[in-house]
Amino acid sequence: MWQLGGKIFNSRLILGTSRYRSPHQLRRAIAQSGAEIVTVSLRRQASGDGSGFWGLLREINVTILPNTANCRSAKEAVMTAQMARDVFKTNWIKLETVGDELTLQPDPFALVEAAQILIKDGFEVFPYTTEDLVVAERLLAAGCKILMPWASPIGSGQGIVNPAALKTLRARMPEATLIVDAGIGLPSHAAHAMEMGYDGVMLNTAVALADDAPKMAEAFARAIEAGRLGYEAGLMLPRQFAEASTPTLGTPFHKESA
Amino acid sequence: MKIIVNGKEMQTNARTLAELVQSLGYAGDYFAVAQNMTAVPRLHYAETPLHENDDIEILTPMQGG
Repeated sequence: MWQLGGKIFNSRLILGTSRYRSPHQLRRAIAQSGAEIVTVSLRRQASGDGSGFWGLLREINVTILPNTANCRSAKEAVMTAQMARDVFKTNWIKLETVGDELTLQPDPFALVEAAQILIKDGFEVFPYTTEDLVVAERLLAAGCKILMPWASPIGSGQGIVNPAALKTLRARMPEATLIVDAGIGLPSHAAHAMEMGYDGVMLNTAVALADDAPKMAEAFARAIEAGRLGYEAGLMLPRQFAEASTPTLGTPFHKESA
Repeated sequence: MKIIVNGKEMQTNARTLAELVQSLGYAGDYFAVAQNMTAVPRLHYAETPLHENDDIEILTPMQGG
C-alpha cells in the first residue's frame, strides 16, 4: 500500500493506454498487471461520436491520470489541463511540455511556468521532467509533491540512461513522490528504478507493443514489486573481492599447518 | 457567422457554446471546450456567447501515455 495524490493504492505501476493492438488487449493488460492508475489524453475527435474510449475507461474503473502530451507551451498545457479536469472530473494532471521534437525532451521553463499556474488553480500536478536536479527543485518550490523524471526518451526503451542523476534526485528529495516515467523497455529497467527507491514506474510502449501485452504488463508489475521489496529490505553494497558465503569453519580435507 | 473549430473555418448559426456543440453532434459529457485558448467549464456553455472569428477547440478522451 502506498499513497499518491491523497489516494491509497496497492500497485506502483502506472500504465499508459496508447498503442495497444485492441481495446481488449488494453483491458486485459490492466487486469493482469493489477495497475490501478492509467494515463489518458485529450484530442480533437477524428470521426464518429468519440465516446468509445470514454465508455471503456468508465467500464474498467481505474484512477485516471490525464496528460497534456504534445503541448508546446505553458499556455497550451494549462488549457489542456483545465479541459481534462472538466471531462475526467479529476484535479490530477500529468504535465507534459515538449521542448525538443527528436527526443521529446520536456521544456523545463514551460514546465515550471505551467506547474506554478496549475498548482494555484488547485491541481495535483505530476510533472514529466528530466533528471535535472535544479529543475526538480523548482518544481517542488512551485508546490509539486510528485515528480516524474524520465529514464530515457519516450518510447525509446533504452532504460535508465543516467542512473547516477536519478539516485541524486532520490537522495536530495526524500519527501517527494518520485515516479520514473518514459524510456522503460524491460522489466529489469523497472526493477532497477524501484531498487533505487523510486515510488513508482510509469510506462506504456514496452507493454503495448509486446507480443503478449497482458503477460508483459504482469511481468512489469512483478518486477516493480520485486524492486520495491528489495529496496525496503536493504540492498547489499558491492565489494571488490570474494567473501565466502559458506562457513570456513569445519572445511573438509583441511590440514592445519604446524 | 464565421468561426474556427478545431483549426478549421466554418459557418454557424449557433449563438452560444451550448448551441454550437449540439449542432456539431456532441452530446453527453465526454468532451471539453475551449474558446480563444481559455477552457470553458461545461456549466457555462449555455451562457457563453459565440463571436465572429472565435477560435473553438473541442477535445475528447483519447488513449495516451
